Amino acid sequence: MGVTNRYDAIIVGAGHNGLVNACYLARAGLKVLVLERNPFVGGAAVSRSLYDGFTYSNCSYVCSLLRTEIIRALALPQHGLQIIPYEGGCTMMRDGGHLAVYDNHDALRREIARHSPHDAEAYERYVRDMLRHCRFIKPLLLREPPDPTSFRPRDIHELMFLGKHFHNLGEARMYDTLRFWTMSCADMLEEYFESEIVKAHMAGSSIIGTALGPRSAGTAYVLLHHYMGSIDGAVGAWGFARGGMGAITQALASSFKASGGEVRVSAPVEQIRVRGGRATGVVLDDGEEISAPVVVSNMDVKRTFLKTVAAEHLPAEFIDQVRKFKIRGSSGKLNIALDGLPSFPAIPQGSPAMRGDLHITDTIEMLERGYDDWKEGRWSRAPYVDMLIPTQIDPTMTPDGKHYMSVFVQYCPYQLADGDWTDAKRQAFGKTVIDAIGAHSPDFKDLILHAEIRTPKDIENEVGLTEGNIFQGELTFDQLLFNRPVPGYAQYRAPVRGMYMCGSSTHPGGGVMGAPGANSAAAILRDLGRKV
Amino acid sequence: MTTPARARYDAVIVGGGHNGLVCATYLARAGRSVLVLEAADRVGGAAVTREFAPGFQVSAGAHLLHLMPPALLNDLDLGAHGLKFAAHNLPTVALSADGQHLSMQAGGGSGARLSAADARAYTEWRRLMRQISGALHPLLNGAPPRLGTDAWSDRKSLMRLGWRIRRLGRRDMRELLRIGLMNVHDLLEDRFESPQLKGALALDAVLGTNYGPRSPGSVLSLLYRLAATGGTEVLSQPQGGLGALSAALGRAATAAGAEIHTAAPVERILVKDDRASGVALASGQQVLAPVVVSNADPKTTFLGLLGAEFLDAGFVRRITHLRTRGFTGKVHLALDRLPKFPGLDPESLRGRLLVAPDADYIERAYNHAKYNEYSAVPMLEVTVPSLSDPSLAPAGSHVVSIVVQYAPYELNEGWATGRQRFTDIVIDTLGAYAPGLRECVRASELLTPADIEREFRIHGGHWHHAEIAFDQFFMVRPVPGATQYETPLPGLFLCGAGCHPGGGVMGLAGRNAARQVMNRAA
Repeated sequence: MGVTNRYDAIIVGAGHNGLVNACYLARAGLKVLVLERNPFVGGAAVSRSLYDGFTYSNCSYVCSLLRTEIIRALALPQHGLQIIPYEGGCTMMRDGGHLAVYDNHDALRREIARHSPHDAEAYERYVRDMLRHCRFIKPLLLREPPDPTSFRPRDIHELMFLGKHFHNLGEARMYDTLRFWTMSCADMLEEYFESEIVKAHMAGSSIIGTALGPRSAGTAYVLLHHYMGSIDGAVGAWGFARGGMGAITQALASSFKASGGEVRVSAPVEQIRVRGGRATGVVLDDGEEISAPVVVSNMDVKRTFLKTVAAEHLPAEFIDQVRKFKIRGSSGKLNIALDGLPSFPAIPQGSPAMRGDLHITDTIEMLERGYDDWKEGRWSRAPYVDMLIPTQIDPTMTPDGKHYMSVFVQYCPYQLADGDWTDAKRQAFGKTVIDAIGAHSPDFKDLILHAEIRTPKDIENEVGLTEGNIFQGELTFDQLLFNRPVPGYAQYRAPVRGMYMCGSSTHPGGGVMGAPGANSAAAILRDLGRKV
Repeated sequence: MTTPARARYDAVIVGGGHNGLVCATYLARAGRSVLVLEAADRVGGAAVTREFAPGFQVSAGAHLLHLMPPALLNDLDLGAHGLKFAAHNLPTVALSADGQHLSMQAGGGSGARLSAADARAYTEWRRLMRQISGALHPLLNGAPPRLGTDAWSDRKSLMRLGWRIRRLGRRDMRELLRIGLMNVHDLLEDRFESPQLKGALALDAVLGTNYGPRSPGSVLSLLYRLAATGGTEVLSQPQGGLGALSAALGRAATAAGAEIHTAAPVERILVKDDRASGVALASGQQVLAPVVVSNADPKTTFLGLLGAEFLDAGFVRRITHLRTRGFTGKVHLALDRLPKFPGLDPESLRGRLLVAPDADYIERAYNHAKYNEYSAVPMLEVTVPSLSDPSLAPAGSHVVSIVVQYAPYELNEGWATGRQRFTDIVIDTLGAYAPGLRECVRASELLTPADIEREFRIHGGHWHHAEIAFDQFFMVRPVPGATQYETPLPGLFLCGAGCHPGGGVMGLAGRNAARQVMNRAA
């Protein structure tokens, strides 16, 4: 470690956005170093073996949002990335009924018609409208948001682009878009569907990772955020990365190294150094200093500016805004090793529905009540779960005949009303979730070999995400576009020259999307006068 | 009812609520022959004074005047038409169970427990709110622009909006763009320490809406309320209650030449040659007019009075989905004597008393309403109007008028049994600040949203006719296709609270609609 090289750019944090950012910079010819606190790369997109022979997608567990442009530009398939779309999913009701979901449109229509012929008809309208909203937002994802208070030509140009893009929708669609962006998911779905189970199924995506209930305004957008990805052109499709979500970051790291980049793991950055208003490099926790004229933080904005940069280098107003940025822990996770495939009597045998995302809920009210629990500082008594058994499709993650189940849980607070998290409370939380699943699967509990229970606090400790928020900041309107992460600093540039942000705290936000990393790289290269 | 003087008018206004009367006044002043048809036996809509117990009068709907801009009041010259104020510039007092009340008035906040930091933050808060509401106020004074049209007037008003926001300066503009769609809980949490202050400010944000403080959009509702008056909200109590205001509005309309008929319910809006051509009354009589202006709420107007058959399916769907259910109830108490409110001086007691000790309290009150239950511990806005206006109650007795949240339109257990229970809850909730209140109550009345629907003919019983939410606001209020006070049916206009800028006794929708009618006819 004695030889300290000089780098053109240092990226703090080897999450997917940090690696995407690093790849683009390295490809532009910069000498780039990525520093990662953990002994492995990937941030929250990792595959880890925590139980003998089993691989867990420890945090993030499914894939859809990763931008196709990035997959192509960084040649990720050549570096081993395979994404397998799943063909269905299922929402199980407490009365034993179910709503299966298929990627086959006609099959799905028939399934919805089983609950309500009206809704099957409405589903056509719903899909058409959602696709239109996706088309509207897509060109905005890989762009730097304009600063509406600025008179710089670039900002005015971008604002005009936005205006024109919006205007092109035509009057009626403009209103629809304005309304959609600001509606609650419950109200939005009410305009299409009548069946409680159909609405509840759709509403699940509107609360994942979000400290809001489905009846809160703005959750229609969160639903769209989960809809706007695609796999091989199939918009709204979700899939597994073969080998777990770590396969994505492994492919990114491999692509980065192939471009001449360097990654150091187990290298926690203690401080980002600033001299004369310029970022000059980083200091590691062992005191080692590494210099570079460009420092990019993949950490969330609170961790970056409240913990890693000395306050004296930052405008007081900026720090105040960063403090106000809402990063709320609202989700937990269970990773479960299973001795065999559990049966869910509600789901037809052999149905592809079993191989996708499974949920337990019947009404939007149940989701909303789960949120009320969270507001009161307790985990949901009847939690919303998004569970998947990827090993039905991807056998590489477990020994033969065994299975891995990923269980995402909404809502689980970061701070409990009755004090800090303890091991006993964590176990009680896990039991709530396991019991909820067990109620729908008679053999589930007996098949459990190992269960890792993760509260928002655990996610924060391991990944470094403040409060364990999976989006590095709530996806509410006051924290989107030019407000993300804070007004006036939405263009990936920190208030310190040479310092940038590239995490999900920046536009267009969280999920394994990579867009913040790519947009940030474009901003850096533009500032350096390089070709983007 | 009496018979209209003519068979044909330039304009017929359906509904003599305050907006209908304001609209009538401006149309009549412009020389139009105007007929106002009101179903009830007096004008005013939800701004009426009526007896609720022998000898006790109360403003049955709205109970304070604070949103009607002074410019409009002056322009209508209501003083000359008999409007007097029993009280003006009333204070707002956030009650505290221990008697350490927080009084807020134009000058700023004062109270034993407001820390120096909160006092500073509150001054800054008021500055910011004044700035923002000053910038937004002009928006309320005209029809909202339409998007995507080539009309110069729409472009001009959009550009004006942009310019006004820019003129706030970089810092305030950024803050407005950030907080506009935020929830008020977070905003207050970021700025203040005192739970009492946060509770009082959060109450203003959610009053009359289907929001809790944590609901995104609650800041918008707060800004809307502030923008109505340009940031200088003055609370007044008309002599004789809000009904006296309506009566003065009626006299102003009559003086301007409008003809008003009460007890004249309209049954149908007539259509001829794809245009509104007049109205048919319940009495069977028809009145013809090339312009029909509806003060009724959008659902009643389009689905009840007009009929879906005259509208296209997409528009009907939008109207059907318009959120019009109210969550606000009203409780009226007739008191033999006034109990003591410990810690409250006589001047403060005449003001607007808030029971919302902190923002979480309101959020908890809200939780129930989401599931068709009433709040177990509700949030209250209380006035004792008989203190300033003894004419409302027998000598020595008093009237208490309470706006209460949250009371759902439909109650799981049914309002038949819920009514008494909820009324008791409201009395006990207020009783915590006025020991012995229950013993003073001689009679009480609860108006649930369903009662409000029945009494004031407002579909869903929402006092804004339609929820104030960003997706039902400004350019999309009440629904796309019926903005700018116009409707898909030529000749049919809207002028009620369901239009921009919404409800509260403000009168702007009525005046803006009148202008639009004249623009279109010109």
